[in-house]
Amino acid sequence: MSTVQDVSTAPVVAAVPKKAMALGPLASLIILALLIVTPLFVKNFIIFQMTMWLIYAIAVLALNILTGASGQFSLGQSAFYALGAYTSAILMEHVGVNYALTLPVAGLVCFIAGFLFGLPALRLSGVYLALATFALAVAMPQLLKLGVFEHWTGGVQGLVVTKPDAPEILASLGLKVSQDMWLYFFTLLVAIVIYIFSVNLLRSRSGRAMMAIRDNEIAASAMGVDVSLYKTLAFGVSAGITGVAGGLGAIAVQFVAPDGYTIQLAIALFLGMVVGGVGWLPGSLAGAAFIVFVPNIAEHVSKGLSGAVFGVILIIIIFLLPNGARQLAYGAQSLIGKLRKN
Amino acid sequence: MELFTNQVLAGIATGAIYACMALAVVMIYQAIDHLNFAQGEMAMFSTFVAWQMMQWGMPYWGAFALTLVFSFVGGIVIERALFKPLANAPVLTHVAGFIALFAIINSVAGLTWDFTIKQFPSPFGSSPFLGSQLISTHQAGMIGVTLILLVLLFIFFRYTRVGLAMRAAATLPESARLVGINTSWMIALGWGMAAAIGSIAGMLIAPVVFLEPNMMGGVLIYGFAAAVVGGLTSPLGAVIGGFLVGIFENLVGTYIPGVGNELKLPIALALIITVLVVKPNGLFGRTIVKRV
Repeated sequence: MSTVQDVSTAPVVAAVPKKAMALGPLASLIILALLIVTPLFVKNFIIFQMTMWLIYAIAVLALNILTGASGQFSLGQSAFYALGAYTSAILMEHVGVNYALTLPVAGLVCFIAGFLFGLPALRLSGVYLALATFALAVAMPQLLKLGVFEHWTGGVQGLVVTKPDAPEILASLGLKVSQDMWLYFFTLLVAIVIYIFSVNLLRSRSGRAMMAIRDNEIAASAMGVDVSLYKTLAFGVSAGITGVAGGLGAIAVQFVAPDGYTIQLAIALFLGMVVGGVGWLPGSLAGAAFIVFVPNIAEHVSKGLSGAVFGVILIIIIFLLPNGARQLAYGAQSLIGKLRKN
Repeated sequence: MELFTNQVLAGIATGAIYACMALAVVMIYQAIDHLNFAQGEMAMFSTFVAWQMMQWGMPYWGAFALTLVFSFVGGIVIERALFKPLANAPVLTHVAGFIALFAIINSVAGLTWDFTIKQFPSPFGSSPFLGSQLISTHQAGMIGVTLILLVLLFIFFRYTRVGLAMRAAATLPESARLVGINTSWMIALGWGMAAAIGSIAGMLIAPVVFLEPNMMGGVLIYGFAAAVVGGLTSPLGAVIGGFLVGIFENLVGTYIPGVGNELKLPIALALIITVLVVKPNGLFGRTIVKRV
């Protein structure tokens, strides 16, 4: 018994034109300027929140590469985030590696893990892939608690990570930079590097191959795209970037513990991607803002009903903007275009 | 050997819970082609409604019937109010909608009935079934109800006009519309039925896991797993998948050393992934052939 289904009827992700995946140069510069200037005028706690915002934006961006570009669905990003966080924390605390150098290692470890996980995932698609990645996310905290690794991971209690100071060069130049401020700019730098890397990746031959797979797998393989290679590669790259975000997260929070990386983190990252606009990389910033700030707002509105308030805000957003922040940006763009003509 | 049979029996007993939930999951998957993440919370809410009616002095079966009606209508209302306007939105937006629904229902139930654990009565009693300590009459009744539901669903989908129309609307919506089926209302009907089946599952599960707003968390994960293992297109597969997951979970916990309650879930999920890698459409699912 078999059901015949037209391939074209159910694309996982609405096709996004290649050029539309990034912002124009002017808009990018304005946002960058805002990101650089704002922390100079706010309190340390807000700087910390902004750092977390950037870190989540990196993680959402990673998911966006996987889902938005290659059309694969993942609820398991929290597992790679945890892996990256633990890699960084263990290297810093047990081996004594400089915090900045742990990030590439975290990225590499997660890239390999993601690539390997991508192999069995090749056979799955849609909800089945969602379930497989979901299983990974559920299993990760339990694995981290295992007694075998306890010497390294610290078991249920986790590890405490020392917060890095700003480099002394800055102090000798007469600039007083607090730890939070320094970490923010460090994260911003990493985020910019990753953003440029991702934009260029998606514009390259590999990016085009991934998008071809997303839009129509059979046609892509008929055109000579190595479907399994690019699908696993997308998994690996996405996991690697998530791992870097995880490492940064561990440094910023100064603490890693298994229960910080539950399935809820994976769901939050997923929501961030949807709110930001699937397949639109700058939307990651908007999506991350949603997952960092909206739960706080919901808590403010009503303590007992914070979950309901959060849900209602989410529903309002997806009702008004089914395609996420991308829709808003496009609307603004066409509005500006009209105003210019008049 | 006796340990083995006992563990299998206990596995069947817990498997019945998963089978019930898996049936509701498959039901809605047939109607809307998505996994509904809020399904467990909807079932939990229905169970609370039944509990509330019994607190007000209604007899069990009266409350049971009224809850079914309430859930059916509630499911349709949710579809009409929330998901019909999103019909043309991308799939991932729908999933975000399910998550929002999950948060809302959970939070509202928590505020209305608070988070303390409540007893829920069973219509079958809880004495040992056929002299076995492992399966109570309630669990036997639960298995019975699940099987009856399965037969009813089979008859509904196979032999009634509405059932046929629903199947048509789910597999090829455009062609279904062309032959005069109101596909939009078929989806709403699917939501209603899934909510009603979910409420039955909730009321059967509640005496075992006790009633509280988070009671469905674990059950729903296993329910999804069971549905996926059995094949999302097959109600029979979902029920068998439910029993298999229950049995396997118990055997792993007993026979593999070092596997406590903590590791049960990851291992069960690992098995499910293995099954999926070998049979990507589940054990009983239909293979969907892609037409180029």
